[in-house]
Amino acid sequence: MSLAYLRGVCRHYRMGNSVVRALDGIDLDIETGEYWAIQGRSGSGKSTLLNLLGCLDRPTAGTYVLDGVDVSALSDDALSHVRSRSIGFIFQSFNLIPQLTVEENIEVPLFYQGVAPPESRRRARELAARVGLTERLHHRPTELSGGQQQRVAIARALVNDPAIVLADEATGNLDSATENEILAVMDQLHGMGKTIILVTHNAALTRHAEKVMVLADGRIESLRTRAEADAAGEEVP
Amino acid sequence: MNLFWILRTIRLGMKNLLLHKLRSVLNMLGILFGVGSVIAMLAIGEGAKWEAQEMVKRLGPTTIILYSQKPVEVDESTTSTSRMVEYGLTFLDMDRIAETLPAVKVVVPVRKVSKEIWMRGVKYEANLFGTIPRYANVTNAQAVEGRWLASLDFEHSRPVCVLTYEMARQLFPIRSALGETVQFGDAVFTVVGVLERRRGGSSKGKSSADEPMGAYTPLSALRERFGDINIRQTPGSTDISRVEVHEAQIKAREIDDVIAVARNIRTMLEKTHEQGDYSVFVPLEELRLAEATARIWTIVLACVAGISLLVGGIGVMNVMLATVTERTREVGIRRALGATQQHILSQFLVESLVLTLAGGILGVAFGYLLPEVVKFFTDVKARTPLYALFLAPGISLLVGLLSGLYPAWKAAGMDPVEALRHE
Repeated sequence: MSLAYLRGVCRHYRMGNSVVRALDGIDLDIETGEYWAIQGRSGSGKSTLLNLLGCLDRPTAGTYVLDGVDVSALSDDALSHVRSRSIGFIFQSFNLIPQLTVEENIEVPLFYQGVAPPESRRRARELAARVGLTERLHHRPTELSGGQQQRVAIARALVNDPAIVLADEATGNLDSATENEILAVMDQLHGMGKTIILVTHNAALTRHAEKVMVLADGRIESLRTRAEADAAGEEVP
Repeated sequence: MNLFWILRTIRLGMKNLLLHKLRSVLNMLGILFGVGSVIAMLAIGEGAKWEAQEMVKRLGPTTIILYSQKPVEVDESTTSTSRMVEYGLTFLDMDRIAETLPAVKVVVPVRKVSKEIWMRGVKYEANLFGTIPRYANVTNAQAVEGRWLASLDFEHSRPVCVLTYEMARQLFPIRSALGETVQFGDAVFTVVGVLERRRGGSSKGKSSADEPMGAYTPLSALRERFGDINIRQTPGSTDISRVEVHEAQIKAREIDDVIAVARNIRTMLEKTHEQGDYSVFVPLEELRLAEATARIWTIVLACVAGISLLVGGIGVMNVMLATVTERTREVGIRRALGATQQHILSQFLVESLVLTLAGGILGVAFGYLLPEVVKFFTDVKARTPLYALFLAPGISLLVGLLSGLYPAWKAAGMDPVEALRHE
């Protein structure tokens, strides 16, 4: 059975009298340990899809089953619970909490899981070490470079040992050197068996993914494996 | 939600408040003044009542004290000449009160003679009070040495006296005063008893029983030896006055009678003493008066406290609304990382509670000092009741809860997706 699957998922917004179909009938099967890239122009619906996959939002129609649970009809509290246990978010603008230190930022998801401080601190340090930030545990986000901030965000996304890591334009705010660095971390995570979904408008970033899905106008335009995509010569050098 | 979660949330709240120190401090001021006023209100209200209650306890709730008073007009006309002035309460007044008012239990007249005493070459100013044996019951006078005046002393006009504790210590610092003689003017009295030391009371309701340098003798003996005319010589003038009764201690039968008895006595004396050469002091009335004063203070300060707390609360709400808007993105991040609506609600609520509680604790200090300042500049009595120190932080927490609830609820109700998109 798939780790997650979507069947006929729609997300429609009402804007005055008209209905915006941000997502319109998405079917998707994600297996454990897969590395996905979701590509599309802005307005194609990729952020909406990511929000749905991350249980931040609910579909207006269709089903989304994550880890055997139909999350499309869960209450707000239950969704929070699912996010806390099963989802790791990495955002374009890092989204660290400025008044907290690196260590505290990494601990936030554990805090909401009710993990006791000694244990959560231990895990935060472990994760910080994994992304090479042991020296920076007590720094504030503003004292770090963009790449370092994003590594904190990655550590935070992993600290609750999530089923899926969702990265939304994770390298959008970084220079190309740092971008590669972050992508290398992603590859590393993939190597460890994490399920990763990378959302980007930049086709170049999809080269690390096993499966590349292109969204347009809320529908799946194409869905190919890496090999297929390479064969089609879609990659931008 | 467990203890560590709460502690962490409190720590987080404090951290966030410290991020905007000035804003937080300004906000706390409103709560500080509000809570301070609450404590000051309770302290001043309590203080006014306490003083009167102590006085009533000391004098007895059924007591009415009459004093003879030199009328003002008479005082002015005798500045240079020596002329005898006659004023004050009379033995006839005493009889009238005792016989016509059934609610009066006892009337104890006191006549005062001020004399110099020479003891081992040292001059002392002392008052000799002539009274009846029942004086001791009325004023709760207790002999620590020897005995109080007896009926026989009175009947036989015996030249005996009972000294106050202070006077006995002054005149006879080493040996016992019992059996010793004390010469007041020309008359010699034998000491038969020494009273216990009296607690110093307030300035109000002072009577012959509060005189430190005092001696008590049978009224009959006093009148026999000094007559009813007092002569007081001062350089340049001689005061001659005729006062029969300087003071009268009256007891009503029941507390409920006191006010009516006092009214009847006033009516009675108004008719016979047109020059107003007396005054009536009713401890119970004073208590009522003090209670009324306390009520006024309470109302005034309650208004101040209420307004301060309201304004403070609005301030806190305002700042929390600003904080919530400012930190919309943080709310989004926290929601994305697994925070429930309840988590967000409690986070912001705790923050406003920490803010108001800090204001409340400072307010306790302020409220404790404020009555001291008021006491220093006015004669208002203040006494901070212990419960006020616990009540005040409670009030500040309530304000924090009321003013923090809406902003926190607003934060909790945010759509996570929208909140994350917020710049």
